Amino acid sequence: MTAIEFNNISKQYRLGLVSTQTLSHDLNRWWKMNVQGKEDPYLKIGEVNDRAHKGVSDYVWALKDINFKVEQGDVLGIIGKNGAGKSTLLKILSKVTAPTTGTIKARGRIASLLEVGTGFHPEMTGRENIYLNGAIMGMTKAEITRKLDEIVDFSGVERYIDTPVKRYSSGMTVRLGFAIAAHLDPEILVVDEVLAVGDAEFQKKAIGKMQDVSKGEGRTVLFVSHNMGSVGDLCNNAIILSNGLISNRGNVKEIIDLYLSSVNNIELSRTWNDIECAPGNNIIKIKRVCSVDSQKKPVLYSLTSEKIGIYIEYEVLKNTSYFTHGINVYTTSDLHLLSSHDNNVYQNDSIIEKGVYKTVVWIPSNLLQSGDYLVSFAFMRYNPFNVLLTTDNLLRIQIVDTKKSLSRPENVNEYIPGLIRPKLLWDERIIINQ
Amino acid sequence: MEYTTVIKPKNKLFEVDLKEIWQYRDLFSMFVKRDIITQYKQTILGPTWFFIQPALTTIMYMVVFGGIAKIPTDGLPQPMFYLAGIVCWQYFADCLNKTSNTFTVNQGIFGKVYFPRLIVPMSVIASNLMRMGIQLLLFIVVYIYYLIIGVQVAPNVYVLLLPLLVIMLAGLSLGFGIIISSMTTKYRDLTILFSFIVQLWMYATPIIYPLSTMSPEKQWIMAINPVTSIVETFRYGTMGVGTFSWGMLAYSFGFMVVLLVIGIVVFNKVQRSFMDTV
Repeated sequence: MTAIEFNNISKQYRLGLVSTQTLSHDLNRWWKMNVQGKEDPYLKIGEVNDRAHKGVSDYVWALKDINFKVEQGDVLGIIGKNGAGKSTLLKILSKVTAPTTGTIKARGRIASLLEVGTGFHPEMTGRENIYLNGAIMGMTKAEITRKLDEIVDFSGVERYIDTPVKRYSSGMTVRLGFAIAAHLDPEILVVDEVLAVGDAEFQKKAIGKMQDVSKGEGRTVLFVSHNMGSVGDLCNNAIILSNGLISNRGNVKEIIDLYLSSVNNIELSRTWNDIECAPGNNIIKIKRVCSVDSQKKPVLYSLTSEKIGIYIEYEVLKNTSYFTHGINVYTTSDLHLLSSHDNNVYQNDSIIEKGVYKTVVWIPSNLLQSGDYLVSFAFMRYNPFNVLLTTDNLLRIQIVDTKKSLSRPENVNEYIPGLIRPKLLWDERIIINQ
Repeated sequence: MEYTTVIKPKNKLFEVDLKEIWQYRDLFSMFVKRDIITQYKQTILGPTWFFIQPALTTIMYMVVFGGIAKIPTDGLPQPMFYLAGIVCWQYFADCLNKTSNTFTVNQGIFGKVYFPRLIVPMSVIASNLMRMGIQLLLFIVVYIYYLIIGVQVAPNVYVLLLPLLVIMLAGLSLGFGIIISSMTTKYRDLTILFSFIVQLWMYATPIIYPLSTMSPEKQWIMAINPVTSIVETFRYGTMGVGTFSWGMLAYSFGFMVVLLVIGIVVFNKVQRSFMDTV
């Protein structure tokens, strides 16, 4: 049975500031629509929402013609880049904002967890806030009283329940908030990345509770997250939103793989055909960068257990004295992880002739942690030392945990933490005292 | 099973879901409770402030308007006269100020979860009622004091209109408040304009002067302000002094009804999309 049905849902936003222009646009819209009986003049010029590119219109479609059905008992993951329309979709579903066009039909009570602890008042005690927050979420007083013990128990903040919430740690506030939400018992639960907070123990508890809700009780869950791990754990189906459109939908595994590879596509391999636009200077122009596997074939992502090659192709525009290459690897949080220079030959008097060159630098297997990295390139001379060219981060490489990329991991928790994850050599254990 | 929730782009003009508001009645009482218990938490004097504020205001008026400006008080002792006005006006102004920023103050909650938005301003009106009740007690205490020392005042049958007067004050402030809060989501100028209009409004209402100081024609002009007849009726009913007219009172009542209908319609329209413009 269909639990939720989205019919042509679109949502338009106005970009920029709400300013004096707003009033003139409002008046113009009112005049065209109500006096002249024409269509809304600002509705038709909306364009595809791509935040990276400047558009000509002040209006964009955050969502455009979203059509899909969710079956009862489904746990649907909604993934997509920042600004793809995920939150807008959930906001419309939870009635926080109205769609511009289209309708949504749903069976049963919808509870949305766009944020836990909404409306908590810091001066009120935990118990008072359970009642307040529960009522905001649509529970009646009697319902809350019935579930009070369960909620307090689940939250694990029993000792502080009669203390004002402002004295709580942020983790405790989240626990209490989630505990209330988890006991709402709606037919449809809408969750937006609330699991990103709280400690590991609580996250496990929260995911477990959501699994119970969907599997055991046959409720429908819509779950938005950037964390592919929790989407994979929790959902059975998923959709990818991209620029306000549903680009793909299907089984969660396939969708996640598709999504990860599409994310990498952006900077995974870059080729500059037009030499004018290529990064470089009047001596060197970069033509192509990409990551390759051990057979030097371009790849979308590498496994932690494989060596990663970074391929560089560049053109030397005129004969020049000998130089070498280097790379810098940064994490996505801009931490400079490593720097490597091809400095085997410190002194070389030879001349590098005009032409196109290629080289590969190898990052050993079992060194980098899984995740995304950004790579910048440098060209320099060592005798005397001078830098010919340094580039911005041109390339993104992605490294995927071997375990996770295999079909279905049996124990997902075998994640190795740390900034890097080298395979180290351990001596055999020797008994020294008995 | 039928579809129970349907989300559409626009509501019809008069589609106000009263049943839904009724379903959320527990939330209403929770909000009222929250407003009352959090208002004076971590203050030394606590609810005593309910008394101190009107008492100090009354003394202030006695010095400035009664003492320096020598504005007559319909023959009543100044504390009684001013306090009667302050009790009415304070309730109206408090409700108005707090409901007029419903959307901007609550955007955090409104942006995260849906419930009938009208619950919020309605709960403000209700929680302020307690404050008014306490101030009314102060008025009664002062009243009894003056009776004991032998001042000739007596309530008359019109004192029975008191509940109606409170409802009218509540309705007017709710009506103005939700209209203003609906308009300020887009155009913030109104917030600035409005805060000072409320200050001026008090002088257009017979709080610090009696309506009887004016000629009958001017009294009718004054009565365009729907709060005027409420304050005057309150004084007339409780102390038997002042101007009372069924006509003026009926006008204020009609004004309130029209205002509330317009307010609810506008508010209902804005609540659907205010998150995009706030």
